[in-house]
Amino acid sequence: MPLPICIEFGGGAELLFGKVKTHEVNLPDKEASWTIKDLLTWMKDNMLKERPELFIQGETVRPGILVLVNDADWELMGELAYNIQENDRIVFISTLHGG
Amino acid sequence: MWAERPRGNALCKECFFHAFEEEIHHTIVHAELFKRNETIAIGASGGKDSTVLAYVLKLLNDRHDYGVNLVLLSVDEGITGYRDDSLETVKRNQEQYGLPLKIISYEELYGWTMDAIVKQIGLKNNCTFCGVFRRQALDRGALMLKVDKIATGHNADDIAETVIMNVLRGDIGRLRRCTAITTGTDGALPRCKPFKYTYEKEIVMYAYFKKLDYFSTECIYSPNAYRGFARAYIKDVEKIRPSAIIDIIHSGESLSVKKDIRLPVQGVCERCGYISSNAVCKACVMLEGLNKGLPRLGIGKTHKERRKMQEMLQQETGAADSTPCTDQSLKSSCKCENKTDQSECSSQTYDSDNASGCSTYSKSQKCKDGCSSTNPRTVAKEKLSIFGKLKQPPSIDF
Repeated sequence: MPLPICIEFGGGAELLFGKVKTHEVNLPDKEASWTIKDLLTWMKDNMLKERPELFIQGETVRPGILVLVNDADWELMGELAYNIQENDRIVFISTLHGG
Repeated sequence: MWAERPRGNALCKECFFHAFEEEIHHTIVHAELFKRNETIAIGASGGKDSTVLAYVLKLLNDRHDYGVNLVLLSVDEGITGYRDDSLETVKRNQEQYGLPLKIISYEELYGWTMDAIVKQIGLKNNCTFCGVFRRQALDRGALMLKVDKIATGHNADDIAETVIMNVLRGDIGRLRRCTAITTGTDGALPRCKPFKYTYEKEIVMYAYFKKLDYFSTECIYSPNAYRGFARAYIKDVEKIRPSAIIDIIHSGESLSVKKDIRLPVQGVCERCGYISSNAVCKACVMLEGLNKGLPRLGIGKTHKERRKMQEMLQQETGAADSTPCTDQSLKSSCKCENKTDQSECSSQTYDSDNASGCSTYSKSQKCKDGCSSTNPRTVAKEKLSIFGKLKQPPSIDF
């Protein structure tokens, strides 16, 4: 069964994803559960429009990009290992610009 | 919502807001940043830091009754597709927070927009121009508004970056000043950084959860900026150990400079009257270059660029006086610069080429030792036009 989730971008991260801030997506069916680590790989292959190095570094997000899972800092949720649940809202906010 | 704080405790949304605001309040009170009845100009770019700063200062001023008047001050660098859009954000902030706004442009101050400068100089060193010009522009705007102080949105990450950059450049003068929470207190216009101890991560979180309206596009001209590398480094280190950011600031604060290191003496620019550690300030050298079709004048090695300017001025006036130390013309700095042994000078100076602001340059000081004629700076101080308020050399941090 596909897994419906909501992905949002802010702080300029949306510029790498076709300038669209909110994306309702269905993650394809797979045997094991979806983790954020899997999600990042999937986003890189299916959603990222330009300059992937500004979003992904190695297997995680580029340092300086905040990740929130249902409005909680992902550092409290297990980061890459977090098991994504149905209808989760995952937000990526870039801090890497002038202020 | 839960936020993991860099200091290692998790908070709910409301407690995070409260802790964030009260820590800034603590900084303001502890460092005595504001006095009752002062007017404070908030340097507002429309970006996350200054938007949060304006919001939080307004809130704290009401909550804790600081009794200060807040105004927004924006600099329009003239960057199409970037600053014009971000200024729209500032204009909305003006209405949202009910604060007066003043916009001052590079074009009106210098006759050059950044778009025009980039056409001349290209993408490699344009940030040097922009940084030097912006600092002055903010001061000039603030003087026009007759404010007592400028508050900027520099956060802990920015200051840590600056420490690292100054270490990499070997810029002792700036390294010593860059961690100060207030600078320029003995001059006309002090500047302070209420976010000195505030992590960028928390500013962004705060803006996100408060749904503050801020502008978040990277400057179209900045991808080549040196700061970007320091920034990426800081973020990598933060990932491993979040407190590293405050620790770097602490290291910067704890550095002491050996007594025999010669530090720049700050005076005023003889052309525009702006604070400068040289006879002619960096902005004037850069402007001269732009106006004479030699845009690179302001970005080479400091001693070379000043010699070039010297030569240009001599050609202009036809007074190519080769005698050392005959300071007759206000327009030229001490003539013996041309005669000074370069190696001798540079071995004793901390030359910071390419840095923003007027760089340290002690050659003129070297000259001054043997120079009995009128010190150009004394003369210059008398002809201060824009900074007429200054009685003695201020030490606004470049």
